[in-house]
Amino acid sequence: MSQKVEKEPLFSSKNVKLITDPINVTNPVTVLVLGICSALAVTVKLKPAFVMALSVIAVTILANVITSALRKGIPPRIRIIVQLVVVAALVILVDEVLKAFVYDVSKQLSVFVGLIITNCIIMGRIEAFALGNKPWPSALDGLGNGIGYGVILIVVAFFRELLGSGTLWDYQVIPDSFFIKNGGFYENNGLFILPPMALILVGVIIWIQRSWKRQLVEKN
Amino acid sequence: MKALRNYIDKIKPTFQKGGKLEALHSTFEAFETFLFVPNKVTTVGAHIRDAIDMKRTMSVVVMALMPALLFGMWNVGYQHALSTGAVMTFWEVFLYGFIKVFPIIAVSYIVGLGIEFAFAQSRKHEVNEGFLVTGMLIPLIVPADIPLWMVAIATAFAVVIGKEVFGGTGMNIFNPALLARAFLFFAYPSYMSGDKIWVSGMIKGEGIVDGFSGATPLANAAAHHMDKIPSTWDMFIGTIPGSIGETSTLAILIGALFLIITGIGSWKIMLSTVLGGLSIGFLFNIFAVNPFMEIPAWHHLIMGGFAFGAVFMATDPVSGAQTEKGKWIYGFLIGFFAVLVRVLNPAYPEGMMLSILLMNAFAPLIDHYIIEASIRRRHKRAAIAANNR
Repeated sequence: MSQKVEKEPLFSSKNVKLITDPINVTNPVTVLVLGICSALAVTVKLKPAFVMALSVIAVTILANVITSALRKGIPPRIRIIVQLVVVAALVILVDEVLKAFVYDVSKQLSVFVGLIITNCIIMGRIEAFALGNKPWPSALDGLGNGIGYGVILIVVAFFRELLGSGTLWDYQVIPDSFFIKNGGFYENNGLFILPPMALILVGVIIWIQRSWKRQLVEKN
Repeated sequence: MKALRNYIDKIKPTFQKGGKLEALHSTFEAFETFLFVPNKVTTVGAHIRDAIDMKRTMSVVVMALMPALLFGMWNVGYQHALSTGAVMTFWEVFLYGFIKVFPIIAVSYIVGLGIEFAFAQSRKHEVNEGFLVTGMLIPLIVPADIPLWMVAIATAFAVVIGKEVFGGTGMNIFNPALLARAFLFFAYPSYMSGDKIWVSGMIKGEGIVDGFSGATPLANAAAHHMDKIPSTWDMFIGTIPGSIGETSTLAILIGALFLIITGIGSWKIMLSTVLGGLSIGFLFNIFAVNPFMEIPAWHHLIMGGFAFGAVFMATDPVSGAQTEKGKWIYGFLIGFFAVLVRVLNPAYPEGMMLSILLMNAFAPLIDHYIIEASIRRRHKRAAIAANNR
């Protein structure tokens, strides 16, 4: 009984941290500032943002696991190419799945599904984590970073869709009678449809996060 | 006056460290210095003492804006009378404009100062005076019929995202008032552009005289309706549709004179902006492939917001270029791009806002290279002097 436990439990506190840290203090979007381009492009509406978040989560997990499993066999000099092949294969799979089941969203996301390959978060996690860790922690790390990315995407999309289009998940939230054309006073904010507003929203999230987590504030 | 001073001195301890209302320290300070010249002396470093502080500077600019504001109020009423064919006396016209414009000013100041005070309290510094000018500029660059809540949101956006994010007054990259306008322009395009919004009462469309068009001279020019452009005299005096404060070049010139005489506004930026606008205007005159390019280059100076932007927006000492040579480049490019956007981009009939914001972004770069160049020149001079010895 007093024998030391050799096997680490699946959800040890270290492993749980792999998931929770990227959601907050090492968030890929707000702290590492990766994956910004897609955060600007797909967050006009909630639905595509959600689908995009799920796709990226799936790809980061699988890419991390596969690369981690292969990590001893990959010659360091060609590792980027190998990683790209892994990620590209996964992205094509995701794209096919989206086309089969949510065709309209897939059309809205258009080229950005393919561009998951170039999403810095995925390559970044493979390079920084999966190449040096076992598959299970790598999977958790992928999950955490995917969620961290997805949460930001969904928050941004929530505000952009609500204030820019007056809808949420394509349902009209702001009553029609509020609009000026129907005798009300309200008007949708066109700036929220434009990509710059996504950048500003991400900036505001960074601001809020850093006034809450003081340790993230850079010295000087 | 004495009684007021005594009263302020009496309540002062309440707001100082350890006092009951310590949290409102900066609010108190703001009002105290607003009423009396502060007697605070800097204790460290070399410094020059000058009678003019930021509050006085800002007050001068606000005073310089008065002619444009008063004319703008009258013009709002005048355009309304024209569009409805009503016969109104001078005071009725002015009153109509006053009732339209005053709420916009009030909303802009209340929202903006409210946010400024809140930030000052939470960051524990004094309330900055920068908003005094911004709060007056915002009403002058919007159409008279804009819904007030839009003004409120735009002001909040400009103060928070345009200024406080960067650290408050003096730290902003972009001119906050223009940022507010840009926000409105992109967020609510149907209230910031088009032919109907520039004349008060035209959106509702009741009682509009047949054949009256609310289009601004720039919109007419962009649409190649050259016969509909008002006479030069009308455009100079300002009896044309447009944003509240931008129409009268005459009133703006009075303000410009005031700024130049008091030394607050940079005449270099104003002059170079005009030169920039003229040069591209002449260039268009030479090519003249469409009617808009054929209008006399100097017409650009009295149409739309060119004069207003050149005098009150481009000369913003915070967001503009700081070096003397840089001011020439900065101003010239503002004028240049403003007319370029106007004539070549049909989506934006008015290019002044965009070009000033663009050059705001480039002003630090211009300054950087001017400073680098002058350092290099001095190094060279020093090297020559060393060789000759």
